[in-house]
Amino acid sequence: MDKVTTITGAACPIDQSNVNTDQILPARYLKWTRTMGIGKVLFNDLRFDAEGREKPDFPLNKPAWRDAKIVVAARNFGCGSSRESAVYALYDYGIRCVIAPSFGDIFSGNAVQNGLLTAIVSDDEAAEILATLQRTPELPLTVDLAQQTIVCGNRTYNFTIDPVRRTRLLNGWDDIALIESYRDRIAAFKEKDQAERRWAVPPAR
Amino acid sequence: MSAPQTIIDKLWDAHEIVRRDDGESLLWVDRHYVHEGSFQAFNMLAKRGATVAESALTFGMADHYVPTRGARRAIANPEIANMVRQVEDNTAKHGIELFGLDDPRQGIVHVVGPEQGLTLPGLLIVCGDSHTSSHGALGAYAFGIGASEVAHVLMTQTIWQKRPKRMRVTVDGTAAPGISGKDIILAIIARIGAAGATGCALEFSGSAIRALSIEGRLTLCNMSIEAGGRCGMVAPDEATFAYLKGRPYAPQGAAFDAAVDEWSKLATDDGAAFDAEVSLNAKAIAPIVTWGTSPEDALPIDESVPDPAREVNADRAKYLRETLDYMGIAPGSKLTDIAVDRVFIGSCTNARIEDLRAAAAVLAGRASKVPGLVSAGSTLVKRQAEEEGLDRIFRDAGLEWGESGCSMCVGINGDLVAPGERCASTTNRNFRGRQGPGARTHLMSPAMVAAAAVSGHLADVRPLLTGRKV
Repeated sequence: MDKVTTITGAACPIDQSNVNTDQILPARYLKWTRTMGIGKVLFNDLRFDAEGREKPDFPLNKPAWRDAKIVVAARNFGCGSSRESAVYALYDYGIRCVIAPSFGDIFSGNAVQNGLLTAIVSDDEAAEILATLQRTPELPLTVDLAQQTIVCGNRTYNFTIDPVRRTRLLNGWDDIALIESYRDRIAAFKEKDQAERRWAVPPAR
Repeated sequence: MSAPQTIIDKLWDAHEIVRRDDGESLLWVDRHYVHEGSFQAFNMLAKRGATVAESALTFGMADHYVPTRGARRAIANPEIANMVRQVEDNTAKHGIELFGLDDPRQGIVHVVGPEQGLTLPGLLIVCGDSHTSSHGALGAYAFGIGASEVAHVLMTQTIWQKRPKRMRVTVDGTAAPGISGKDIILAIIARIGAAGATGCALEFSGSAIRALSIEGRLTLCNMSIEAGGRCGMVAPDEATFAYLKGRPYAPQGAAFDAAVDEWSKLATDDGAAFDAEVSLNAKAIAPIVTWGTSPEDALPIDESVPDPAREVNADRAKYLRETLDYMGIAPGSKLTDIAVDRVFIGSCTNARIEDLRAAAAVLAGRASKVPGLVSAGSTLVKRQAEEEGLDRIFRDAGLEWGESGCSMCVGINGDLVAPGERCASTTNRNFRGRQGPGARTHLMSPAMVAAAAVSGHLADVRPLLTGRKV
């Protein structure tokens, strides 16, 4: 996984709360593997009409935000289904950071596994950034993970992120890379636990 | 004497292998359920040349993509057929027991787990599906995970997590006849919002929760995620133990009694502290339906949808306008004036035997004014319903009696609500396009879906129950 340090680029405002993973990636694309170009169908039903034509009003279809690296949204971004493909779709489209007042728990867990930064700001700050981007669409944002700052024109906002997630993103670690040094402790736990909680082990087939 | 603990902490501590200085804990996983959608994780294993650490603790289910109307094996769409084949191949390759398409025990993972006694109190359970929270109804610590986490659990039988905040939702009082677990959870979500429990594990307690059957508790915990809570649970009690006794994968005989002794210690201790507390009065809960595109857009059936013109907050007014526009509802409409085009009774939320009985109690001797599909939560539930004659009631009312699977809740098996169609549905998500592009979903209990079916519009089930056994 690539390390995350600073991200500078166009920021697409999606001024909605509860943007759910069904909207980020409609369920019919869950059959796709990542190699099939899952970024192409990011926000598919918001971006395109039934005939596949772009909906001009959707922010990601506007010239200033077409190549966005950052998405800014209202509260509870990524709520709903556990589909990690929603993160793949954002990342493979080119999004490296989502800024919002809160995120779905499973979504933000999936994001950190894939190098997508989820930066938390207050409701008022999110509204302010959204308004700034509406006024000045071309304005790039710079998100600095080490400093936990978002530079937006002449304003600098601080954002929060779970410190564990921050460390992992800064270092490019994923769970599987971290586990090898714990193998012995897992084996010891299993042995002791299965002796103590015999009822927890299903009957042998 | 140790400090009083919540059930959440007791379950967490029992599974904690190691806690790092940064606060992340490595947890042991007792049961891992996989399904067709887990192919991404199996592909990650294949790429690393890795194997499954604990195949005996891993169980496969065919549910998300299986056909629920017509022939089961003759899947016309090759991509969908491939999804079912992949879970068969991957479980076979790794020696994982599969409740597959042809298995008489097949069904939706969150129905089959409890039904088979695979889900037990005190277990830590994960699955690559957000409605894994359902299993907490039996007193398990159960939560949905993403594909990378599924791969990690397959490879190690463990998962890294940070201890969540603890939220207790207490519902006391006696609910009126016709009020179900679905109405209670929709009332909770309407109260705390779709992000109200973000970062929290939920415990549901109080006399109204105790009074729910295990089926009702499964519905309740199922939709914890719709309040933002990754897991929700109810402390196990006599009803839990009675439900589990004799289930195929539960401990048997003396081992069961010994387990009950252990499970009885799981309840939250008196005086244990929660980070947040919410309480509701069950007496005040009326049948609830959703009118918008988030589960928090929920109201009692005797109310009207909001009117953006009367909303002072500009952002909220914009949301209301856009949502009512998508839903095709005039601002301020009475909920009971909203005509429906179809009904769906099914899903991991509401397709257990008690749900089918509740719908059938309303439909018996009546005709549905709109088409609809009934899909039992498992093939065993389907058989039981047929033994009880419920299938005839549904068919006589004009509804289709389908097979078991996730079906029209998420539509990825091809069972879709058409663009612009309005569906009264027992499912869990009313998101835009959830049941198909352009579909309009209203969430409600099985009895309320039956009421909508016989009325042709959203309707209060209570008058329809007069003189009937429920």
